[in-house]
Amino acid sequence: MSRLALVNIAVLGLLIGGALVAHLTGHAFLVTLATKAAIFALAGVGLNFALGYGGLVSFGHAAFFGIGGYVTGILASHAMSGTPLTTLPYTMNGTNEMLAIWPMVLLVSGLAALAIGALSLRTSGVYFIMVTLAFAQMIYWFAIGWPAYGGEDGLSFYVRNTFPGVPTMRPLNYFLICTALLLLALGFTAVVMRARFGLALQAARRNTQRTVAVGIRPFGIRLTAFVISAMITGLAGSLYADLNRFVSPAMLNWHMSGEIMVFIILGGVGRLMGPVAGAVVFVTMEHLLGGITEYWQVLLGLVLLAIVLWAPGGIVGMLSGRGRDNAH
Amino acid sequence: MLIFEQLLNGLQYGMTLFLMAAGLTLVFGVMGLINLAHGSLYMIGAFACAVVAAATGSFWLGVAASLAAAAAAGALMELLVIRRLYRRDHLDQVLATFALILIFSEGTRWLFGSFPLYLTLPPSLSGTVTLPGGLVYPVFRFAVIVLGLAIAGGLFWLMRGTRLGIRIRAGEADREMIGALGVDISKLYTVVFALGAALAGLAGALVGAVQSVQVGMGEPVLILAFVVVVIGGIGSIGGALVSAILVGMTDSLGKALLPGMLAQVMPQAAANTLGASLASMSVYILMAVVLVWRPTGLFGARA
Amino acid sequence: MKLLSTLSLAAALMAGTAFAAPVKVGMITTLSGGGAGLGMDTRDGFDLALKLAGDAASEITVVTEDDQQKPDVAVQIADKMIQSDNVDILTGIVWSNLAMAVVPAAVQQGKFYLSTNAGPSALAGAQCDPNYFSVSYQNDNFHEAAGQAAMDAGYKNVFIMAPNYPAGQDALTGFKRYYTGELAGEIYTQVGQTDYAGEIAQIRDSGADAVFFFLPGGMGISFIKQYAGSGVTTPLIGPAFSFSQDVLPAVGDAALGIRNTASWAPDLDNEANHKFVEAFKEEYGRIPSVYAAQAYDTANLILSAAAKADVTDADAFREALREADFDSVRGNFTFGPNQHPIQDLYVREVVKDADGVLTNKIVGVAIEDRGDAYAEQCSM
Repeated sequence: MSRLALVNIAVLGLLIGGALVAHLTGHAFLVTLATKAAIFALAGVGLNFALGYGGLVSFGHAAFFGIGGYVTGILASHAMSGTPLTTLPYTMNGTNEMLAIWPMVLLVSGLAALAIGALSLRTSGVYFIMVTLAFAQMIYWFAIGWPAYGGEDGLSFYVRNTFPGVPTMRPLNYFLICTALLLLALGFTAVVMRARFGLALQAARRNTQRTVAVGIRPFGIRLTAFVISAMITGLAGSLYADLNRFVSPAMLNWHMSGEIMVFIILGGVGRLMGPVAGAVVFVTMEHLLGGITEYWQVLLGLVLLAIVLWAPGGIVGMLSGRGRDNAH
Repeated sequence: MLIFEQLLNGLQYGMTLFLMAAGLTLVFGVMGLINLAHGSLYMIGAFACAVVAAATGSFWLGVAASLAAAAAAGALMELLVIRRLYRRDHLDQVLATFALILIFSEGTRWLFGSFPLYLTLPPSLSGTVTLPGGLVYPVFRFAVIVLGLAIAGGLFWLMRGTRLGIRIRAGEADREMIGALGVDISKLYTVVFALGAALAGLAGALVGAVQSVQVGMGEPVLILAFVVVVIGGIGSIGGALVSAILVGMTDSLGKALLPGMLAQVMPQAAANTLGASLASMSVYILMAVVLVWRPTGLFGARA
Repeated sequence: MKLLSTLSLAAALMAGTAFAAPVKVGMITTLSGGGAGLGMDTRDGFDLALKLAGDAASEITVVTEDDQQKPDVAVQIADKMIQSDNVDILTGIVWSNLAMAVVPAAVQQGKFYLSTNAGPSALAGAQCDPNYFSVSYQNDNFHEAAGQAAMDAGYKNVFIMAPNYPAGQDALTGFKRYYTGELAGEIYTQVGQTDYAGEIAQIRDSGADAVFFFLPGGMGISFIKQYAGSGVTTPLIGPAFSFSQDVLPAVGDAALGIRNTASWAPDLDNEANHKFVEAFKEEYGRIPSVYAAQAYDTANLILSAAAKADVTDADAFREALREADFDSVRGNFTFGPNQHPIQDLYVREVVKDADGVLTNKIVGVAIEDRGDAYAEQCSM
């Protein structure tokens, strides 16, 4: 077994094992914290699909994270109040079934990504970074001023949505649901990146011209990757909404886009487990450093700085002994 | 009359944006570096000005201090962190400068406390002038327009007319070549970075005098500065100037006109909120439209 | 017989003080980033009350956490305090959007929430809850007072503005509830806006005889400075948020003479307030803000209830809270049917104190015994 595989297993083991130990020792909050890490990791896995493998540096993935959250919140609040979302063209009711919400989340975030991606992919490099940010900011400002679902106050739905046969309010149960989805997304990514589509996507990142020369049109591949990436991040947004039983425009803020990106860079760009390692370390540091001093963000900044300066290739790269240059 | 004043406000706001973005254009355009901590340098300038002005009673000493403090912070940043990142990709620069935001913001709060600081304009910049036609306009806002134009001119001159500018542009084109010609490229980059930082600090001091000097004041500036630079086309000073004015006009006129226009087709109350929402989004809609139309900005090099 | 009842009264009194059961309070407030000043005042005001109470506060423990002004973080801290710290009472949130994220879930889990500041309309009306008390105000209150003050000042044509978010929309609604004159203009500004040249031009053009504005934090600082430099002399009026002690020094002399409305001021003349303001200055070296005053009252309310009832007996403790049996720094203070304050609202004016520090002094009463507009929507 390679060192990289060992690191990958260790990262997942730390997340799942940590949550189980916390549960058995009665630290319910640490289970919640692990759930947050798993959800952020899922959001990162989504972004990594486009950013890490496809070289599409999106600075606007908070849009999809927030859309996933709002779809969840809106459906749940309508289910709670018993009012239909819309009666045109046909009556559509809210729901509090996760299994009904998730497909809706995937659909809406996928459609949003199709539109945003189709326009944004006309640009590249720094311009792509900024145009994706522009679209996310539009949605953010819209959500702030849109009174129907709470505007800046956000939308509370009090009770976590339901999953057949599982009481979701118990922290460990909800952690397991989130982790199962995370593992699914990781498995999906691993399979796709070894298939024709994934190889073409990665080839297009390394050398666009050569890809075109062998008859592959990068636009369609990139757009597909962008949409899949957004759907995974949207799903994470749905889970995050359920974790807090609350959504607000803060989920759409550019800070969120930045944080999702930081998880990936911290963990290792274009590495399967990069976002997981990054999210686990980030959430853990936030929790531990917060207890040391009121000015804990200075410490967080110093640690991040140290990692970027002395561990290129992120945590996974450092631990597996392979820097970014020979990662691929 | 009102519409003329709003146009002037749009120009003035555009110049404010250009002041904020000037340093970023230089660093981003010349060195290809994504510096998220640009807003922090702006904040450092404002805090330095506020502290020194409070201690000495002189706004202009404060401005000098803001230039010095931001340039020093910039040079230090370049020497300790940034210079290790030129050869890395943009993502490492994003993470490192994100970390610097955290350090600068909370470090500033640690040093100066959590409450906004006091900073106000000197008598020479406060007060108003009456324009032909009877429009009363604040002196300060004129000063911003003039200073913005002066800085744009200065940057043009620097890049086109001085030895430093020639070296910078040569370094932009071919880093190895200029090194072989005996120019110390790393020193050159430190100087450029410090200059960009000083411009950010200057903007912080001036704009801070009519805004709130507080921790986190740099963040909206950061995003808007990037918007301006990108719409203009990276590396183009003229592009940044045009784009800043375009963004300023869009924002000012959007706020002034949208609610009234919408009120023609919907109730006033709804038009007020929807108009304000659209006005908030307008800058980003402008950016998306420009980039979809011209994928390298208005004046960027064609890909 | 008489002796017996005296004895039992004495026993009851002793039970009230000596045997107070432990109370654990979770304080969620903003201690980092640009809004940290408000959170610090909240925390310091609360702590000061406990310190001054001495032994009576010995059974009260407080855990404090920084919400970073992010609603999702606030929710997670609340979860932690409920799940791991087993707190009985939550308090301390400054911002309405964070309160809306935390309060409904917390009270549903049987915890008390006592608001030191935010009082969103939803929690006063349809979503009111027996375990939720606002010790501060209902969000509309200061704006309503400003509306009444505008009427009292004889303004007939007022220009009104607020940021385009729910608290801003509530502000304009609240103002218009008491102000019934003409509106010279009504605009919503961008959240976090820093340049107000356009709004000032519209004000100049509108022919208004006064301007009502609600722009909390940095927005207010920017607006007042720019307004002062614009040459427009139409008088300003607003709620206390832009004139509170946390921002006033930063605004500077531009704020001098502006009328603003609140439930409290440092010079409010009552014994509890004298004691509070003196002790706060002594302890922290600054003049307290309205946030500190409200947090101080909240702590004293908890102390008063803890002296009467055991917090584990939720019904008894709730009854004790409802009595509001403490000396408020705001003078007369009772709870209405939706457990929001009924209190006097004052008009204040920005002045310089003897040391040359900007502060507020009370110049009149805007509305006496004001409850709120949402109480009738609350079925409790």
